Amino acid sequence: MFAFILSRVLQALPVMLAVALIAFAMFAYVGDPVAIMLGQDYTQAQRDALVQSLGLDQPFFVQFGKFVLNAVQGEFGLSYRLSRPVIELIAERAPATLELALTAALLALLVGVPMGVYTGLYRNSWLSRFFLTFSLIGVSLPTFLIGILLILTFSVWLGWLPSFGRGDTVALGWWNTGFLTVSGLKALILPSITLGLFQLTLIMRLVRAEMLEVLRTDYIKFARARGLTNRAVHFGHALKNTLVPVITITGLQLGAIIAFAIVTETVFQWPGMGLLFIQSVGAADIPVMAAYLILIAALFVAINLIVDLLYYAVDPRLRISGGKGGH
Amino acid sequence: MRGWGRAAAAAMAGLFLVLLPPAPAGAQTVRWAAAGDPNTMDPHSQNVGTVTMMLQQIYDPLIQRNADLSLRPGLATAWEQVQPTRWRFTLRQGVRFHEGEPFTAEDVVFSILRAQQPTSNFNIYVDSIERVEKLDDHTVEIVTKVADPILPNKLASVFVMSKSWAERNNAARPQNTRAREEMATVRQANGTGAFRLAQREPDVRTVLRRNAGWYGWTEPGVQQGNVAELVFRPISSDATRVAALLSGEVDFVLDPPLQDLNRLRGAPNIRVLEGPEVRSIFIAMDVFRDELLYSDVRGRNPFKDLRVRQALYHAIDIQAIHRTTMRGFSVPTGTFFPPQVNGYSEAEDVRLPFDPNRARALLAEAGYPNGFGVTLDCPNNRYINDEQICQAIAAMWTRVGVRTQVKAQPLAPFFAQIQRDDTSIYLLGWGVPTLDALYSFQSLLATRNGAQGDGIWNYGRYSNPRMDELVERMKTQSGEARMAAIREALRLYREDVPHIPLHHQMIPWAMRQNINIPHAANNQPYWRYARVD
Repeated sequence: MFAFILSRVLQALPVMLAVALIAFAMFAYVGDPVAIMLGQDYTQAQRDALVQSLGLDQPFFVQFGKFVLNAVQGEFGLSYRLSRPVIELIAERAPATLELALTAALLALLVGVPMGVYTGLYRNSWLSRFFLTFSLIGVSLPTFLIGILLILTFSVWLGWLPSFGRGDTVALGWWNTGFLTVSGLKALILPSITLGLFQLTLIMRLVRAEMLEVLRTDYIKFARARGLTNRAVHFGHALKNTLVPVITITGLQLGAIIAFAIVTETVFQWPGMGLLFIQSVGAADIPVMAAYLILIAALFVAINLIVDLLYYAVDPRLRISGGKGGH
Repeated sequence: MRGWGRAAAAAMAGLFLVLLPPAPAGAQTVRWAAAGDPNTMDPHSQNVGTVTMMLQQIYDPLIQRNADLSLRPGLATAWEQVQPTRWRFTLRQGVRFHEGEPFTAEDVVFSILRAQQPTSNFNIYVDSIERVEKLDDHTVEIVTKVADPILPNKLASVFVMSKSWAERNNAARPQNTRAREEMATVRQANGTGAFRLAQREPDVRTVLRRNAGWYGWTEPGVQQGNVAELVFRPISSDATRVAALLSGEVDFVLDPPLQDLNRLRGAPNIRVLEGPEVRSIFIAMDVFRDELLYSDVRGRNPFKDLRVRQALYHAIDIQAIHRTTMRGFSVPTGTFFPPQVNGYSEAEDVRLPFDPNRARALLAEAGYPNGFGVTLDCPNNRYINDEQICQAIAAMWTRVGVRTQVKAQPLAPFFAQIQRDDTSIYLLGWGVPTLDALYSFQSLLATRNGAQGDGIWNYGRYSNPRMDELVERMKTQSGEARMAAIREALRLYREDVPHIPLHHQMIPWAMRQNINIPHAANNQPYWRYARVD
C-alpha cells in the first residue's frame, strides 16, 4: 500500500515539472509585464532597470530553474499586478472557489442521482422525457450563456437573487465563508447552478444508463423473485451497484469544477481563484499564472491518487493482488 | 450528542449575530462599479486610470481640478512663478491627514521626492524638478531644471502623503516589485482628501467614507457633494455589470458597454451621461525602416512617401466609423488631442476629406497603381470598439487597393509587440493627463533620443528636426511664444501626416436617476462634487 502511494507520488513529479515547463514556456506569448507595470511614461533606463530587477533579461532555462527552485520552497514571489505575495492571494481566493465547487458538486449529486434513478425506472413517463430534454440543454449550452440567462431571469426580471459577488462573508480564521450569512447563501445559488448544471446532467445520464444495465441482471430478477419490495430492489440492490462509476466520475469532475470555474467566476464576478487567474492573464502577471497552473496540476494529481486509492478500497481484486505482491 | 448539537447550533447563531457586517447605510451611500479594480493604493506607484479613480477621492494634490478640469486650489492656496525656474506655493493651514497627522511643508517635499524615486510611475510629472525647498511650515519653493511653464498642470497629478505616516509604515518609496514583502501602501491609504479609505478587499470591494473635516466642503463656488459612503465593486463581465445596474444592485457604472446604451436609456430610473474624453485614437506607421516588416512591398517603404500616407487618410470614411462602429460615441478629428487640452487650435483641426478616388490617384502617383498589402496591428480590449474600428478601416483601405489584414490582440501582447517597434502600422489611443499639448508632441512625435519622455511612444520612429525644435520650445518657453510653437507643430502635423487621426472618444457613464455627478473628460468621477437626492 505504502509502496503504491510512493510510486504514484514519484510518477507525479515529472508530470508537475512538465506542467511547470509548459506553463513557463507559454508566458513568452502572453505579453510583456514590464510594459504594463511601467504605464504610459518611462525612459529606456527605467525599463532596463525593471527588466533587470525582475530577472527577465536572463536566459529562459535560468529563469525556469530559479522559478522551480523557489516553487519547491513554496515561494512564488510577488504578483506583478497587485504587489502582494502570490501564495497569500491564492490562499485568500481559494475558499470562494472551493465553496462554490463543493456546492456545485453536491447539487449535481443530490439532484442528478435521483433524476437518473427516476428516468432509469420510468423510461417512458413524460417526466423522464422532460428530464432528458432538459439534460440536453445542460450539456449543450455554454456555461457563460447559462449564467447570463440566470442573471437575466432571477436578478433583472424577478429581482430575487444577486447578479454578482459573494455577498457578506464571515471569517473563520483565514477561511472566509459565505455559508453563514443569508446574502452569502443567496449569492451562491446562481453560480453553483451554472457551474453544476453540466455535471448534473452528466451524472443523471450516467446513473440512468447504469440503472438500465443493472435492472436487466439476474440478481435483480432473483431479488424480485424473493418478493422484496420495489424500494428495496431499486435502491438497496440496483442503485448501490451503479454507484461505483458514479463516484469515480464525480471525483474526477470535482477537479474539473475547481479548475474550470473560471468562466462561471468571470460571469458572476465570484472572487475566487479562477477570476484571479483571468485578471492575471490580462495583466501578464506571470507569478500568479504560474502558481495557479501548478496548483491545479497538483490538485489533479492528488485527485487521481485518491481515486486510485478508492478503487483499491472498492475493488477487492486489486487488494488481493496487492497483498500477494507484499508477501 | 444531542446537547453537543444544540451547543453547535447556538455557536453558529452567535457567529451570525457577532460577525454579520453592519447593515448598509442610508440614501447617501453610492454603490459604483467598473470593469477593473485599482491594483494598489500607493499614490506614486501606478499611473493608470483605475488606480487614480480611487486615489483622487482619498488623496489631494497641491492643485486640484474642477469637474471641467480647470485648476483650483488644493493643498496649496496660492502659487506663483517668482522666477522662470522657481515656483512658490503657499500651503493651506489647519489641514490634517485622515489619521490625524498635521499637513506641513515637510509632507510636500517628501511626496515630490517620493514621486521622483525610480520605483515611481509618476516621474513624468516631476521630471523637471531640480529640488524642493521648505521656506517655512506653510511655504515651499520648487526649483526646476529649466523653465517649466506647465508645472501646476503636472502637480495636479501628484498626490501628497504624510511623511511621518509613510516612514512609520516603512513606505518611504513606492513598492518595488522585486521585493518579497508587501508594503503597507498596497492596501492602506492616508490622505487629506474628501473621502477616507474604510475597507479594502482587492478585487472584491473598496469602501470609502466621507471625511467630514475636508476643507473643500465649505469652499465657496463649488458644487458641494453629499455622498456619505462609496462602495466600489469591480465587475469585469460587461453583461453582468449592466445587469447589476438594471437590477438595482449598483447605482453607477463607469464603463457601460456601447451596445447596451440604448437598453439602459430605455430603462426606468436609469440615466446615461455622456461627454467627450481626453483620449484620441489614431493610426501611426513605420516611417523609419527601408523595408516594412509586414508588407508585400520589397525594397522600399511606402509609408515614407507622403502621398501614400495622404492616400490612406483620404480613404477613411470617418463618418461611417462614427455612425456605425462607434454608434455616435466619437468626435471625428483632424488632430491628435481634443479641445480640453491647452494648445488645441480649431483652425488646425481639419481632416483630409474622404475621397477614395483621390486616394487611388495618390497611390498610383506614388508608384503603387495596384496598391500593396500590409498588416494593421490593433488591440482588442484597450479602447472603445478598437478591433471593430480596425476592421472597418481595413475594408476601406482594401477598397482603394491597400490590402489590409487586421491583427487584433489583447492589450498585453499588443503593447509588448509595438514597444519592440515590431509593427508596420498600428492603432493607438492617447490620453493627456497634463492637459497640455507638450505631453502629446513629446511622447508621440519627438525623435526618440533616450531623454526622459522624448519619443517614448513613437513606435513608427517619425523624426522631423523641425518638430524636435518646436518640442524643445514648448518645454522651455511660455506665453505667446509657446502657443505659437504649438500652433506651428499642429500645422506641421497636418501637412506631414505622421499619423492618420481618427477621433476623440466619447465616454458614457450610466447611473440611477437620483445621482447627480458632473461628467469629467478624464473619465474620473469626482464624487466630492456629486449629489444624491
